[in-house]
Parts: sequence; C-alpha cells; structure tokens
Amino acid sequence: MSDYETQRATWRTKVGLAEMLKGGVIMDVVSPEQAAIAEEAGAVAVMALERVPADIRAQGGVARMADPAKIKEIMASVTIPVMAKARIGHFAEAQILESLGVDFIDESEVLTPADEQFHINKHAFKVPFVCGCRDLGEALRRCGEGAAMIRTKGEAGTGNVVEAVRHMRAVMDGIRRVQTAPEEELMAIAKELQAPYDFILDVHRSGKLPVPNFSAGGIATPSDAALMRQLGAEALFVGSGIFKSADPKERAAAIVKACTYFDRPDILAEISTGLGEPMLSLDVRRLDEKELLATRGW
Amino acid sequence: MSGVWMKKSCSPPAVGKPGREMKIGVLALQGDFEAHLKMLMRCEVEAIAVRQAAEITEIDGLIVPGGESTAIGKLADLFELTEPIRNRVQNGMPLFGTCAGLIWMAREIEGSDQPLLGLLDVTVARNAFGRQVDSFEADIPMPLLGDRPLRAVFIRAPYVLQAGEGVQVLARYEDKIVCVQEGNLLGAAFHPELTSDERLHRHFRRMVEDSKNESAPHHLAYNAR
Repeated sequence: MSDYETQRATWRTKVGLAEMLKGGVIMDVVSPEQAAIAEEAGAVAVMALERVPADIRAQGGVARMADPAKIKEIMASVTIPVMAKARIGHFAEAQILESLGVDFIDESEVLTPADEQFHINKHAFKVPFVCGCRDLGEALRRCGEGAAMIRTKGEAGTGNVVEAVRHMRAVMDGIRRVQTAPEEELMAIAKELQAPYDFILDVHRSGKLPVPNFSAGGIATPSDAALMRQLGAEALFVGSGIFKSADPKERAAAIVKACTYFDRPDILAEISTGLGEPMLSLDVRRLDEKELLATRGW
Repeated sequence: MSGVWMKKSCSPPAVGKPGREMKIGVLALQGDFEAHLKMLMRCEVEAIAVRQAAEITEIDGLIVPGGESTAIGKLADLFELTEPIRNRVQNGMPLFGTCAGLIWMAREIEGSDQPLLGLLDVTVARNAFGRQVDSFEADIPMPLLGDRPLRAVFIRAPYVLQAGEGVQVLARYEDKIVCVQEGNLLGAAFHPELTSDERLHRHFRRMVEDSKNESAPHHLAYNAR
C-alpha cells in the first residue's frame, strides 16, 4: 500500500476538470436559491458572485471578489463545481478563493482590474483558472501564464452576443491560420500575435487551443447558445442572461438543452418557444469606450 | 470545425476481421465524450456520438463519459434516452461509465436523489475525495490489465462505498474501491480517457466482442483467427 505516486493538482487534473464541463452551461448566481435553480436546470457549474455583470454595469464603482460568506453559502448549497471571480492581477484575491476551496477561478475583466500590466501567475496555484480573450494571441498568453480554460470575453452584462461572436471568430480564424501556415512561418506568427512559440506550435499541430475553448459575454437565448457552439465554443458561460430574464427556471433549462442540441434546429425551435422576455439588452455600439469591459486586460 | 464529429462516425480502416463489425456509442449529452471517441478510434473501434434514442438501436456497447452526473442524468431523462439504454443493457449490451458515468450507472448515490440509470449494484459517494483542489493522479494496480499499474486521473472523483455480491472489484486506490465490473457493466471512478493508456478501453472492447458473439452465434464462425 505504499507506492502509489500520488500527485495532486497536476496540469492534467486542472485541464481535466475543464474537459468535464464541455458541452455544458456555467451559470452566474448570487444566492444559494439561484444556485439550486441552476443545478436543477442542469448547469454543469455555477459562478458565485456578489452581483451579476448587468448590475455591476448599472451600479458602477469598483467591482471586487465576492464576500467569502456568500461563496461558502453557495458552495454548501450545490454538488456541482463552484467557480468564483478574482480581479485581473489580484493574486491575493485568488489565494483567498483557493483557500475557500472553490473549484475554478475566473480571472475576470468583469471585475475592476487590480493590475493593468500583469495578470496572475496561475501556475502558482492548485486551483485551475479560466481567463477571457479576444483573439488567439491573448488566449495563448493566458495559457502561458497557466490558464486551464479559455473563454471569449464578449461584452458581459449586455445580453448582446455580438462581441462574443467577434472574439470567437477571431480565435478560430487565428487557429486556422496557424494550422495551415508552413512551419517556418510560425516564429514570425508568434512574434506578431505576441504568443508563446510552443503554444503556437501546439495549435499548428492540433488545430485547437491547448486547453478547452469556451464562450462567455452576452449570451441571452437558446439560439445564442447554439450560435456560439456552432462557431466552435465547447461550452458556455451565461451570466446575467438567466437571472435577469422573465422566467429564469425555464430559460436556464432551455439554454442547457440548446447547448447539447446546438445543431438541431427542430429541437431549438421547440425549446425557444414561449420563453418570455430575455434580459434587458444593450446596443454595444452605443456604449462609451470607458464602459467596455472586454478591453480590460491584454 | 463545428459539429463535424457529430455527423460522421469515426471509422478506422478495416483491419482484416471480416464480419466482426462492431460499433460502440459514447453518450454525448455533456462531458468529455470526445476524449472517449478518440480513445475508441485508437482501439480500432468504430465509434459514434449518441444523442438520440434511434442511435441506441445501432450500437453494440455504450460508454457514459465523465462530466457532471446531474446534468447528464437530467438530459438523458428529458430526451428519453434513459429507458432505451436501460432496456438494451438489461438485454446484455455492455456499458462502461467513467466518473459521472459510474455515478449514473449506480443503484444508489449517498445522500442524493438525482436521476440515475440505476443498474450497477453499488452505492457511490460523490465528490468523495474532496473538491477540485484535491483532484489527483496516481498509479493503481489492476491485475486484470497485467503487471503494469494504470495511471488513474481522479477529478472531483467518486468512489464505491458498497458493492453487491455479484460485483467484482477490479481496482482500489488505498482502501477505496475505484473500478468495478458486474457482468456487462464496467465502472471506473477515474478517467482512463484522459491518458494514453488504452488497456481499460480495450478490455471494454473485448466485453462488447464477447457479447456480440454470444448474442449472434452465427458470428462465431469468424472467431477462428
């Protein structure tokens, strides 16, 4: 019974959890009641928050890590994984979240950045991290820092999927370009994208990101979910889209189904029927440059 | 890129075994089903992603992947897949579950009334090794697969608390039961699909081959190699 060579929190167990979330929906919740509704609807994980992005946007001020009491309460109320957000670069918040035992940390542009120059060194943690991106270079920089999952930034709290689409297309276009480029061009591409060369080589060979590739930021309907899945997202984060809608229970269940049957318009038609009002949505073009969350981080 | 794997089945080149066609499905509602599909291709098995009841009639064996067992169980019920799978498995079709898959196959889950297939005679404890920060990998001995231990990846993993009389324990980690077989049912608390070790999938492939040979005696003629 001695030599099992047990290793904890390896790269494989971190990326492994992201693998397990594929094909699923991760939902923002601000209370144990909402967490229970999300789990009941078939969410694969919940994101424990103080406020959903739509409220952060409306209320302004500095948005920080949630109160540990709230996170613990939510962790106690569900059996699915619980994620929580830390500010970009705020490794002390991340250390606190790790000590609480959250299952994933989102180093998130939705919160007010704590460091405008450096992101968290995510290799230094046992808990896996997810980070947002707008294109392939940004995705691979975050992987270089140790992110075990990448998601599009989109434009959180708008109920408008246009930025998530833009970011996913940019990532997928980048991947296709790297994949088809001759090997001698890869170093120049790495320089241009400001991405680690080894990961560029990895993308060239596999045609995929080195870690699971999810989407977030503005998904509000089952058809939004289906669109992002068809564009290449392997799973989805839905923030304000569920609990800011008229009927969260129904909408949560519908988006879960849409995420699985994303290429079946007949099923999507059925689950989109009679869902009630989606969240109050915003035209991203009318937002002031300073109000954009996606431009936070590099 | 999107969805292509859903539409095409992954047929490896035929390798000189006429009449031994065999198709293994992977339940593709949620979870790491692609990792299982890749593993089956490496084991030279025709593999399909299963999301509809009609596909359950086409397959000779089924894998239920890792993922979130509550999400998989709910989707399987909602889209009326649980009953057809239960019928086929009760009539001898081999079933292999990893992690969430093992949970879904079990008769009972400690402290939970989540939707289950409920065929494997075990009681399972969920998230039994702790939360994600406690996830681990280890070499575990599994005599069935030979002398070389299996590298097992445990992610928020369950283990078997109690196993019925007909259940064979294939592996333990420390004193915890982490791999079992009961007739045509195979369950692992860990994720062989996340490693490059094909041996447990090849064992399942043999289970499927054997069940095909039993259920269709005319195939026995091809068995002489």
